[in-house]
Amino acid sequence: MINFMDALMFYGFLQKALITSIMVGIICGVIGCFIILRGMALMGDAISHAVLPGVALSYMLGINFFFGAVFFGVLTSLGIGFISQNSRIKNDVSIGIMFTAAFATGIIMITLMKSSTDLYHILFGNVLAVRPSEMWSTLIIGVFVLVCVYAFYKELLVSSFDSTMAAAYGLPTRVIHYFLMTLLTLVTVASLQTVGIVLVVAMLITPAATAYLLTNRLWVMIFLSAGIGVLASIFGLYFSYTYNLASGAAIVLAATVLFVLAFVFSPKQGLVFRAIKNVRKRELLSR
Amino acid sequence: MKTAIAVNGLYVSYYGSEALKNVSFTVEEGNLVGIIGPNGAGKSTLLKALLNLIQKEKGEIAILGKTIKEMRTKVAYVPQRSSIDWDFPITVIDTVLLGTYPKLGIFKRPKKIDKAFAHECLEKVGMTELRNRQIGELSGGQQQRVFLARALAQKPEVYLLDEPFVGVDVTSEETIISILKQLRDIGKTVVVVHHDLSKATAYFNELILLNKELIDFGEVEKVIRPEVLDKAYNNQFSSLTNLEVKA
Ligand SMILES: Nc1ncnc2c1ncn2[C@@H]1O[C@H](COP(=O)(O)OP(=O)(O)O)[C@@H](O)[C@H]1O
Ligand SMILES: [Mg+2]
Repeated sequence: MINFMDALMFYGFLQKALITSIMVGIICGVIGCFIILRGMALMGDAISHAVLPGVALSYMLGINFFFGAVFFGVLTSLGIGFISQNSRIKNDVSIGIMFTAAFATGIIMITLMKSSTDLYHILFGNVLAVRPSEMWSTLIIGVFVLVCVYAFYKELLVSSFDSTMAAAYGLPTRVIHYFLMTLLTLVTVASLQTVGIVLVVAMLITPAATAYLLTNRLWVMIFLSAGIGVLASIFGLYFSYTYNLASGAAIVLAATVLFVLAFVFSPKQGLVFRAIKNVRKRELLSR
Repeated sequence: MKTAIAVNGLYVSYYGSEALKNVSFTVEEGNLVGIIGPNGAGKSTLLKALLNLIQKEKGEIAILGKTIKEMRTKVAYVPQRSSIDWDFPITVIDTVLLGTYPKLGIFKRPKKIDKAFAHECLEKVGMTELRNRQIGELSGGQQQRVFLARALAQKPEVYLLDEPFVGVDVTSEETIISILKQLRDIGKTVVVVHHDLSKATAYFNELILLNKELIDFGEVEKVIRPEVLDKAYNNQFSSLTNLEVKA
């Protein structure tokens, strides 16, 4: 087998895989920042699972799975909001109820279609089998998501940090919430081929959390998170190709390694520097 | 003098349990008003109702003679410190800069003048040196001053502050109250939720004494009388029994 770099020059499928996973790394990293800062990690997991019935339905109807997935993603986030606003049931519980219901529906629909290979690929991703049309839809979704975040950066910042102030000066905070849920659904759909439904949440959360440990500014965090997502995608793809591993799992583990590095060595939050600071403080005190 | 805040027959409840009952008062411009009352008296609820952040059941609220929806950019709110995520990746100066957002409108970014104005506001509260710190790396008093600076950056006519002196050091408290007094003296209206009575006379010129209902309202000296205060702070048991009799 030829090595990764040569193969990259040689094989179109690998180039497509690389481009797709880089885009996925970027958009997951960007949206992930808002997801973790708003305390919606669980919501990210939920929406990614909830698109399954939409994907299945799209296969049945023979339409682009994008439409079905977005429909079910948005429907689920509306359902979650409806239950927690109209009863005493807390948000995390309503998330748990709705997304497992949607996911179970999706599994049954796919079993009825009797095509378990499709199910396997949707659940775990297979970036090496990306078709040109799928690469292009990922790129278009990616550009759309990035333009939205750029255009509404100010509003996303203030409503994530202090939603009370945002509401007080007249921002439609609920609309912003569902808008973000829609972007999240789009990102999930764009990531299906690369990391699969089950592991999308890792790409949303792990690079963002890594960046969170490294900076005190939101825009820096967004760029770092996107960069970390891209690194994870490239390393993951490399290992996936070279050792014939599942692409989603390889990418996620690469992201996890980067997180652990930041967790241990981050200048502000890392274990190592904290320990050094504590030792210095103790020395100062004992003098 | 114009009327800054007019509240008439305000009722607010959470899931059927009443938090404010029949509250009416008016505040003229250029006053520094304290809202005082025991825990759970509905002080924060009153501020949120003024901001239209919670639905009112009944009653009217007018800010500077108009509805709050029309006057949104004229009102600044300093939230209770416990409601803020202090680990958020945002620096002191960027927090103050948020105060310029309401007047910018959608899609527009803060420009040089906005940034310069944010610096000015930060200087007023004496926090220029710490401008690049993350907000969680400040003491409680410093955090409160940053949020006051953000309110200043909104250039409002009406300031609403929820418990700004809780967990705040003496210097910060003095800085904050002196700024609030300056604002009053140039004709702004400042309403401060304050849960204890100490210093009420030194800080405010009017008081709203609240315990679900409006107990009393007016000049500080008129409100701070033992028989009035008793009604707000010690009569909780008798008001409970009253409720049971009615029900
Ligand atoms: N979001 C809420 N949901 C339900 N009850 C609430 C909520 N916020 C406040 N309350 C209740 O309303 C009453 C008044 O609360 P609040 O205005 O916060 O009082 P204060 O600020 O005077 O301590 C309290 O009994 C409180 O438990
Ligand atoms: Mg309160």
